[in-house]
Amino acid sequence: MSHHVLEFGLILLLVLFNSGGDLLMARAMRRVGDVDALRKNAGIPGVIKAVLTTPLFYAALLCMAAGYFSLLTALSRLDLSVVIPAVSSVTYLTTLLGARFFLREHLDRRRWVAGLVVLGGVVLLALD
Amino acid sequence: MRQARSPDLILVLPMKAPRHIYSMNAWRYMVLLMVVVGSTLGDAFVSRGMKELGKITFSRWDDLLLAVTNPWVALGTLLLVLFFTSYLSALSWADLSYIMPATAFGNVLTGLLARFALHERIPVTRWAGILLITAGVGFIARGPSWTVHEEREARAERDA
Repeated sequence: MSHHVLEFGLILLLVLFNSGGDLLMARAMRRVGDVDALRKNAGIPGVIKAVLTTPLFYAALLCMAAGYFSLLTALSRLDLSVVIPAVSSVTYLTTLLGARFFLREHLDRRRWVAGLVVLGGVVLLALD
Repeated sequence: MRQARSPDLILVLPMKAPRHIYSMNAWRYMVLLMVVVGSTLGDAFVSRGMKELGKITFSRWDDLLLAVTNPWVALGTLLLVLFFTSYLSALSWADLSYIMPATAFGNVLTGLLARFALHERIPVTRWAGILLITAGVGFIARGPSWTVHEEREARAERDA
């Protein structure tokens, strides 16, 4: 019983870090601004400097690294065929919701439909 | 202060703002392609190389440093670096909810690779999944890549 709680917690943690990493990175890059425009004005060194001086970038990186190490931990305890499907489909949904409510992206009907259709596809791939 | 959500606003703004700030162009589609190809092939190459190397244990963790000398791992790592930089670039000019379906397209690539390069049998459910993802991506690719934000608005005004 108790080890099921642990495994469930591990998957939850994995989803949290994966979604959190993507959401924070999206916010960090939004703060950096359009890199194509930046490159025109300041060149590639300017782009690198702008990214590396954004504190949120490091927070996102830390979150992604934590996600990676939780994945390694999860894989050492659980089957690949359990971890990958569970994590990829749930992460897709939480990131979509995070894009709407945390990043305040405007998800029009087209985005919702496309997001849910792709989610359906990810779930189907996860099933086999 | 929230921006109004009228679709008219989204249609009108790209004309007012500098063009490069709101639009997709050939280069940006290329970057999205590099996100997909970089992550899919990068993972595949690294995993192939790591299988050649065998199990890494905690007591021989320094084997990890040698892993880069394996050509598959080296090429895969290079592709993953390409993926990461393209991904960061894409996040700077497109919404996460626009990029996500595009990155899920990597699953389609994996499926096709398994079928036509590795000659694996693909079950019907997986074909259905591949079809759904492709449909979703096609659907979203025709829509706008940006949504209007106060933050972006302010930046667009400042840069103009």
